[in-house]
Amino acid sequence: MKRILEVNIGLVYLFLYVPILAVVVFSFNSGEQISVWEGFTFGWYAKLFEDAALWRACRNSLMVAGVATVIATCIGTTAALAIERYRFRFRTALMRGLYLPIIIPDIVLAIALLIFYVQTPIPVGLVSVIIAHCVFNIAYVTIVVRARLQGYDNTLEEAARDLGANEWQTFWRITFPLIAPGIIGGALLAFTLSIDDFVITFFTAGVGYTTLSVHIYSLLKFGITPKINAISTMLLANSIVFILLFLWFQGGTSATQKQEV
Amino acid sequence: MRRNYHLFVLLFPVVFWLVCFFLLPLVSVFIYSFIERGTYGGVRWHFTLENYGRLFDGLYLGILWRSVSTALVCTAVCLLLGYPFAYYLARYRPKHRNILLLLVVVPFWTNFLIRTYAWILILRTEGLLNSLLGAVFPNWGPLELLNTPLAVQIGLVYGYLPFMILPLYAALEQLDMSLLEAAHDLGASPRRAFWHVTVPLSLPGILAGSMLVFIPTVGAFLTPDLLGGGKVSYIGNVIERQFKTARDWPFGSALSFMLMGIVLVGTVLYFRALQGGEDSQVS
Repeated sequence: MKRILEVNIGLVYLFLYVPILAVVVFSFNSGEQISVWEGFTFGWYAKLFEDAALWRACRNSLMVAGVATVIATCIGTTAALAIERYRFRFRTALMRGLYLPIIIPDIVLAIALLIFYVQTPIPVGLVSVIIAHCVFNIAYVTIVVRARLQGYDNTLEEAARDLGANEWQTFWRITFPLIAPGIIGGALLAFTLSIDDFVITFFTAGVGYTTLSVHIYSLLKFGITPKINAISTMLLANSIVFILLFLWFQGGTSATQKQEV
Repeated sequence: MRRNYHLFVLLFPVVFWLVCFFLLPLVSVFIYSFIERGTYGGVRWHFTLENYGRLFDGLYLGILWRSVSTALVCTAVCLLLGYPFAYYLARYRPKHRNILLLLVVVPFWTNFLIRTYAWILILRTEGLLNSLLGAVFPNWGPLELLNTPLAVQIGLVYGYLPFMILPLYAALEQLDMSLLEAAHDLGASPRRAFWHVTVPLSLPGILAGSMLVFIPTVGAFLTPDLLGGGKVSYIGNVIERQFKTARDWPFGSALSFMLMGIVLVGTVLYFRALQGGEDSQVS
C-alpha cells in the first residue's frame, strides 16, 4: 500500500514538473524548432532585449499590475477591517458578494465588463484593464487580510485606547503593524494574479493595448518561435521569486503569532 | 455617530467598486441576453426570448454536455490523483513536508498561459512525447495528440490539479490520528477505517477541491483554445466567438447566463453536501 502511494507521489511530481522543465530546457536550444534539441545557446534571451513589442507589453503589464495592486490592497484592507471589526446590516451579503468575482467563470466577468464599457465613457485600454483587475484582486486581498485579522485578539487595541490613543493613532501604531504581513501577502498575491491574468485582459483591453499575457497569447496563436520558451522561463523565475516573498511574509506572521502566544 | 462615520469610510470604496464594476456589468449581461442582434454586429433594442431559445438547439446542447462532462472527468481524475498524494503528504515528516508542499504551490502561482503552452511542446507531432516514443519504438508513427479532446482533458487536469491537492491536504493534515487508532483498537481493518473514518472526516476538503476544479474547468476558454486548436468547441470558446468574431453579443450573453446557472447549481449543491456531511458527523 505504501509503495503505491510512493509511486503515485512520484508520478504526480513528474506530471507537474516535466512540462515546466521542458520549457526551461528548450529556452537554451539553438534550433529553430520549439521542441527538437540541436545545441546550447543564450541566443533567444539576447533576442528578447531587442524586442520592442515585448518590452512595451512588459511595461503595460507592470503598470496595470502596480496600479491595480495599490487600489485593490487599500480597498480590500478597508473591507476586511469593516467585516472583522463591525457588525452591520448586509454584512453577510457583502461577505458573499465578495466571493462572487472569484466564483463566477472569468470569461463571464470578462464579457460582462466588455458590455459595460461599451455603454460608458470609460476609455478602453489602461484604465479599463486596471478597473477590471481590481474587481477580482479586491476579493483576494480581503480574504488574505481577514485571515490575518482573525488571527490576533484586539485587547492590544483596547489597551491603546485605554491609554488615551485616538482611533487614528491606534490604527497606525497597533493595528497596522500587526496586520501588515497580511496586507503585504495580499498585495503580492494581487500583483501575481494581475500579471498572470489573460482572459479578463483579453476582453477588456480593446484593440492595440497589449499586456505580457496578451502578447504571449498572440505569439502562440500566430507563429510559435523558440523565443517563447525564453519569455516563459523569465516569467517562471519571476513567479518563484514572488512565492518565496509571499511565504517569507506569511511564515514571519506565524512565527510572531507563536511568540505572542 | 463616530462609529457610523468610520464604518462608512471603510465600506464605501468596496461597495462602490462592487456595485459599479461588478453588479452593473452583470445586469448589462442580463439585459443584453433579452435583446436582438443588429444587422452589422451591433444590437437592436427589441425584447426577445430567441437567444435563450437557441440554447436548446442540438448543437449547443452537445457543446454544453461536452463542457460539463469534461469538467466532471477532470474533477474525478484530479481527485483520484490528488487524494492519495495529499494523504501521503499529510503524514510525511514535518521537516521535509513544507518543501514538498511548496513544490505543489509553485505551479499554482505560475502563469496559466505558460503552463498550457508547455503541453504544446510535449504533445505536438514533433513534440517531446513523440520523440521519446520514436526513440524507443523506431517504427512508431507519430501520434496526433494536439488539437484533440484528450489534449484538452490533459491540459485541464494539469492546470487545476494543485487546486484539488491544497484543500485536500488542509483537511487531511488536521485529521485526528487518535480516531484511526480507536477504529483499529475496535477491530476495524485499515480499509474499513479508511472508508468509515478518514474519508468522511476529509469530506470538506474533497468538496472544496472538487468545487475549485469543476467551476473554472466548466467555463474554461484558454485550454480548449490552445490545446484543442479550435477544432472541438466548449462553452467558453463559443462565448468568446460570439464576442470576438461572430459579434452576436445577445446570444453570447444568454450563453454566459447559462454558464453562471451551472456554476450556481454547483455551488448550491456544494453547500448542501457540506451541511449534510456536518449533520452526519454530529449524529
